[in-house]
Amino acid sequence: MGLMLRLKKKFGFILRLFFKKDRMRIGIYGPPNAGKTTLANRILRDWTGDIMGSASDVPHETRRARLREGVKIEVDGKSLMLDIVDTPGLATKIDFHDFMKFGLSEEEAKRRAKEATEGVIEAIKWLDDLDGILLVMDAAEDPFTQVNVTIVGNIEARNLPLLIVANKIDLPNASPARIKSAFPQHPVVPISALKGLNIDSLYKSMAERFG
Amino acid sequence: MEGVQLNLISKDKLDKMPSMEKLRMILENVKEGTIVVLESGLTPEEETKLIELTMLEIDHDKFIGIEVETYPQKEKSFFSKLFGKKGGRLTVIGPANRLKTLQKQDDLITALVQFG
Repeated sequence: MGLMLRLKKKFGFILRLFFKKDRMRIGIYGPPNAGKTTLANRILRDWTGDIMGSASDVPHETRRARLREGVKIEVDGKSLMLDIVDTPGLATKIDFHDFMKFGLSEEEAKRRAKEATEGVIEAIKWLDDLDGILLVMDAAEDPFTQVNVTIVGNIEARNLPLLIVANKIDLPNASPARIKSAFPQHPVVPISALKGLNIDSLYKSMAERFG
Repeated sequence: MEGVQLNLISKDKLDKMPSMEKLRMILENVKEGTIVVLESGLTPEEETKLIELTMLEIDHDKFIGIEVETYPQKEKSFFSKLFGKKGGRLTVIGPANRLKTLQKQDDLITALVQFG
């Protein structure tokens, strides 16, 4: 790894304390099906009237990172200019048989699996070019997955500002408290990106964390 | 005797190995069906690099990826953030079709290893 990159990772957080960027590049990360694209769509719809891309129940629907530049968010008189990167879901395994359960043919499933592996690599590469992370977790699922642990550890090592989004609180078995207790060192905002629940609280937290 | 091979790798051995050599060794072992236990684990950077390398090795027939079991990092102080090297904790890595996480908590991981 280049010396400059290592220095940036190590001391970047000190520089950020003194030199605020006027435009932050924020990555939306998380495991597949956590609701990353639904959240990206919610943010864009609320502030630009547009959407980022299509969301689906089939895992790895987003297989290429998507960048939307110049999203202006205004909270309590403060404005925040963001470039938002919606990344493919991170995973340690990709089995094409899982896609066939959703009705895809073997050929389609294998193609999707291959694209998904490329998407995971792309998502990891993007970490080098971000100023902050929104980590989306499914509040109805166990938060102690290896993907979550690895992402949090990596973001901590890079000293990037992190906001954990406990998504899908509209589901009956959702438990944002479980996420809070799993990662007590980071702020957690419970929302439903799909229904728009508590979304203003997310924007407020984003302004505090990334502004 | 039939069974699953476990390779328990000491901290001393891991400390002597460059990252890339370590990750290649893990992946080669796991692709052969071996479960690898690392006494001192991997750094977060190594973990993400391992995921990247795994994605390149997935062939959709024989190898579908890895399962990794490790605990979350301990919280670091301001000074250790500045000067400390982040080390990993006990980590178990295996092929995804053989090793399955049953339950994971802050201080207890329960996993299942499938034979054959």
